Amino acid sequence: MSTTPSSAKAPVSLPPTASQTVGPFFGYALPFTGGGDVAPAGHPDTITLHGTVYDGAGVPIPDALLEFWQPAPDGSRAGAPGSLRRDPVTGAVVGRDGLAFTGFGRVAVDADGHYLLRTLPPGGVPYISVCVFARGLLHHLFTRAYLPGLADAPDQAGLEAEPLLAALPPHRRATLLAVPERERVYRFDVRLQADGVHEETVFLAFE
Amino acid sequence: MTNPPGTPPQPPGVETQETISAEIAEIRGAYGKAVADGAPRRAHPDRDYPPYRSSLLRHPKHALVVPRDPEAAELTGPVFGVTDVTAIDHDLTRQHIGEPLGERILVTGRVLDRAGRPVRDQLVEIWQANASGRYAHQRDQHPAPLDPNFTGVGRCLTDDDGRYSFVTIKPGPYPWRNHDNAWRPAHIHFSLFGTAFAQRLVTQMYFPGDPLFDLDPIMQAVTDDSARRRLVADYDHDLSTPEWSLGYRWDIVLDGPAATWMEEGR
Ligand SMILES: [Fe+2]
Repeated sequence: MSTTPSSAKAPVSLPPTASQTVGPFFGYALPFTGGGDVAPAGHPDTITLHGTVYDGAGVPIPDALLEFWQPAPDGSRAGAPGSLRRDPVTGAVVGRDGLAFTGFGRVAVDADGHYLLRTLPPGGVPYISVCVFARGLLHHLFTRAYLPGLADAPDQAGLEAEPLLAALPPHRRATLLAVPERERVYRFDVRLQADGVHEETVFLAFE
Repeated sequence: MTNPPGTPPQPPGVETQETISAEIAEIRGAYGKAVADGAPRRAHPDRDYPPYRSSLLRHPKHALVVPRDPEAAELTGPVFGVTDVTAIDHDLTRQHIGEPLGERILVTGRVLDRAGRPVRDQLVEIWQANASGRYAHQRDQHPAPLDPNFTGVGRCLTDDDGRYSFVTIKPGPYPWRNHDNAWRPAHIHFSLFGTAFAQRLVTQMYFPGDPLFDLDPIMQAVTDDSARRRLVADYDHDLSTPEWSLGYRWDIVLDGPAATWMEEGR
């Protein structure tokens, strides 16, 4: 940032518009068909990320919405339009075209608080960015699902050297590490608040 | 409290409006004092806001962690295009065979970053209750009529000036179960994307002069008076169309990391 008083282009700073909760009734507005199918159908490199969103009583939250953003496998961060590609005649969402990698996913959890994302491994970073919305949550929360052991990503020991993860104590760091369940399947639960047994997920702020 | 004859029985809320209003006043008073003592103003609601009872178990207690990473993926974000919207998505009054009931309105404004630059070609999504205060959502049990000609979902892309525009009907206020006799002021839900995922915003737009503002713990969770006022659209007579519709203007400023709006950030 420029602090030079003579700078003619001193940045103005408009006050931001406040966040408000997504509320309980987003379900017929925001989720869309194929929102969790970021990977082209049948792609051999597809990975599955899934998990449950919990509240501070350890109870699954049935009315949360998760969004995901990531670079393409080749590292491109440009994204691509077409996540909500529409049929121009009926207006129905027909899904991604299967060629362009949009990098964006949106999934409402089910009645058990569970979500599922099918995507391709992110290129250049070992994580998928996650944004959490829910009734009762007045301002969304960002977190990251770090994916150990992908082809060109570090294993768990290597991940722990990532600057963000390295700065966290082990019990907090663990909340950002997706757990490999089997080949190409990872579990990543989100806990909005500690429940006395489980650790609260680490949430991020970007300044 | 007894219901007037003819109204359906309501399960009594646990707490009264008086209790909730007292909590709202106490938090607002403490914030005002803190600001007077030099604390920074807060543009956003606290995630921990007890008068909104659903926030109690749904907010983290740890401080947020700031990644010191100039290469963070969140400094870029998803893009959308003409394939993601259809021509009538912005007109919520034309999505069915007939016309919805209610007061036809135009809602328009600009999406800007904190440097005042327009956010171009980006997706804006809205959803809202119908004129009677009922959502077209199965879980909405409010015994107000559904409108077969109104779903209440709209989308558009911003133009080169960052402008969005929707034709819709004015939503009604509706009851909810936060406390006894709890009512939400009329509002339209908005979902916005910037150029960076870190600029993501979901919020609600309100209508000027609503008597429910002071009673509503969701709106009052924005404890800063000026930040709360910015959630209220302006009635703009120049945007009204004779014999047709009333116009409201509401500009939106996306928050986000300095790198997304400082002059030298790009
Ligand atoms: Fe609402």
